[in-house]
Amino acid sequence: MSTATHDAAHGHDHGHDDHAHEHKPYGMMRWVGSTNHKDIGTMYLWFSFTMFLVGGVMALIIRAELFQPGLQIVRPEFFNSMTTYHGLIMVFGAIMPAFVGFANWLIPMQIGAPDMAFPRMNNLSFWLLPPAAMLLIAAQFAPGGGAGVGWTMYAPLTTQAGPAMDLTIFAVHILGMSSIMGSINIITTILNMRAPGMGLMKMPLFCWTWLITAYLLVASMPVLAGAVTMTLTDRHFGTNFFNAAGGGDPVLYQHIFWFFGHPEVYIIAIPAFGVVSQVIPAFSRKPLFGYASMVYATASIAILSFMVWAHHMYTVGMPVETQLFFMYATTLIAIPTGVKVFNWVATMWKGSLTFETPMLFALGFLFLFTLGGFTGLVLSIVPVDVQIHDTYYVVAHFHYVMVAGALFSAFAGIYFWLPKWTGRMYNETLGKWHFWLSLVFFNVTFFVQHFLGLAGMPRRVPDYALQFAEFNAISSVGAFGFGLSQLLFLYIVLKCICSGEKALDKQWEGADSIEWTMLPSPAPYHSFTTPPTIK
Amino acid sequence: MNPGQTKRTLRINRQMFVRLSFFALLMFGFGYAMVPYYKKFCQVTGLNNLLQPDTVVSNTQVDKSRWVTLEFDANTHGMPWQFAPVQRSVRVHPGEMTQVAFEIKNNGGSTMVGQAIPSYGPKHGAPFVKKLECFCFKQQVLAAGESRQMPVQFVIDAALPASVTTLTLSYTFFEVPAADKKNASAPTVATGKAG
Ligand code: HEM
Ligand SMILES: [Cu+2]
Repeated sequence: MSTATHDAAHGHDHGHDDHAHEHKPYGMMRWVGSTNHKDIGTMYLWFSFTMFLVGGVMALIIRAELFQPGLQIVRPEFFNSMTTYHGLIMVFGAIMPAFVGFANWLIPMQIGAPDMAFPRMNNLSFWLLPPAAMLLIAAQFAPGGGAGVGWTMYAPLTTQAGPAMDLTIFAVHILGMSSIMGSINIITTILNMRAPGMGLMKMPLFCWTWLITAYLLVASMPVLAGAVTMTLTDRHFGTNFFNAAGGGDPVLYQHIFWFFGHPEVYIIAIPAFGVVSQVIPAFSRKPLFGYASMVYATASIAILSFMVWAHHMYTVGMPVETQLFFMYATTLIAIPTGVKVFNWVATMWKGSLTFETPMLFALGFLFLFTLGGFTGLVLSIVPVDVQIHDTYYVVAHFHYVMVAGALFSAFAGIYFWLPKWTGRMYNETLGKWHFWLSLVFFNVTFFVQHFLGLAGMPRRVPDYALQFAEFNAISSVGAFGFGLSQLLFLYIVLKCICSGEKALDKQWEGADSIEWTMLPSPAPYHSFTTPPTIK
Repeated sequence: MNPGQTKRTLRINRQMFVRLSFFALLMFGFGYAMVPYYKKFCQVTGLNNLLQPDTVVSNTQVDKSRWVTLEFDANTHGMPWQFAPVQRSVRVHPGEMTQVAFEIKNNGGSTMVGQAIPSYGPKHGAPFVKKLECFCFKQQVLAAGESRQMPVQFVIDAALPASVTTLTLSYTFFEVPAADKKNASAPTVATGKAG
């Protein structure tokens, strides 16, 4: 992507003699100091992909150990550390930054703004990420090894864990700061910097989903920061928030964490909805069905997501009335989610469909995310969840919504906008291979985990009873297949950047947002320096 | 800054930055506000009433038709204290007031303060064990080498489901961090409630 944006500045030198950036700085300094939303978007995406590989290696260590019952490859402490940092790195390092990368690239181009509202803060938001990632990786080498406390970082394990825990807490603080600054930037950009005529209800749905997500982030990230700060002061400064002996309560941690945690899962899912809502209409050659209802559904999902947190805690010993409240509130979320799924299907109804790679990934998302939503509904039923809480069924559920949901949607988005970003086309045949390999191996890996969970295999354990051996072996084979398929993705993207065929300005016939209709491919380094007029 | 931005956009952008940052700070405070709120909630609803005497239900009819075994378990968490029940278990009728005793000894070289935290098994039997008097209602101070016998007085609620025939009451002593020592010798509830 870097080489391509590079081309852009020379290829399409728009009239912007009124400022100093006519020639981009070259070399490292261009990236370190860049305040350009496209550069920063590119850096977010590469950072995210790097973290995806790091977290992926951790996942493969987990699956290698679980290939057979018994302890073969790693020590249990290290195994626990792998499950913990795999989760943290994938959530905070891979998925979230990927969508922030999309936001940076696309929001200014889709609303006709010259850049983000606070370009220098944008640079800082990005550059906070590498140190945080470093801390998470360094935690592996702390005395006593990584903190095997789970990505949810429950007390009292965390108040007793070794020094790695402190590094992890600082990393979470930094990641939180970065997200909050990024969100403030996005909200301000969308609310204040739209081109004349670009009313809120005219924005592409991707911008709407990010506006809502950014509010979710500003509201929930500080709560997580509070939870880990309390853990930190419990560890070192004699407070007793979660320490039972001092009058605290470890269950309190879970309430605070999940008050952040459930909105967090929608922070991951909602931008993915946004990407899919751009891709499906483009390849159906029809406008999105029920645009306004999509906006309202997304907003109601966001609001409801603050009222369902205790569905992660049915088994902590709460009164049945509380369980019922959270059960009904949780099942309520299925309604706006259903509205969205039906709208996507209705968009395709009687459309002139074609199935290029972005559309394939969007359809993969649609099927598998819905399946993950269904298992979520199963889990939301108290008597069922009491049985399968903390089993592999939960692992299967959230990988359907996060991998086949969010990650597939990110792939769809990359293939969709790569021509706009780089001015070059990826190889369609290879793209389709990437899709089908990912689809098959994803299901081989995770579908069988439903059966494991229903049969009672607990999550986060390095060893298991013999009756689980076959499904675990299948799952591990799938995981290695899935991991290797992602190297193909890297190859496709690099090949596209270096030697892809020239892309058209409007590469996709059905794409109608202004980055396609008003800007050349590749998009110039500075776009919309004078606001376009939107009819 | 961006060429397309007028002075006015800059101003309203900055305003929005201030407002949103304030909102983020507010939410950070909200996380902390959940702590007292949660305590209050548990107090009002009577949830997680671990470190306070239970109230005996109005109907304290002794149910002579059945026996319940209550087993005792005692642990210390990283403390040089020796802690054990005087009797391993008792057989009682539901509704019958019973007193048992536990022994602690400080084998460490200095005065220490400990707090015992009770827990019950099976989970759904827990609400029916009503402690009227317990050493866990206050912090325990033991000088080096000092030992003490401590009573626990309880009633098993006659509403206990018939399917439960054995219950376990387990205590773990935690060292009270220096910062959190309250007047432990006072006979009142010394620590805040866990709930
Ligand atoms: C209709 C929508 C959904 C419902 C009803 C739902 C319901 C649930 C429930 C009840 C649990 C708790 C299971 C347990 O621990 O026993 C759970 C776990 C989880 N869900 Fe969902 N969910 C939904 C959508 C999503 C989405 C969209 C995501 C993310 C993109 C997501 C991510 C997760 C994660 C990560 C966990 C596990 C957290 C952990 O314990 O580590 N869910 N879900
Ligand atoms: Cu949830």
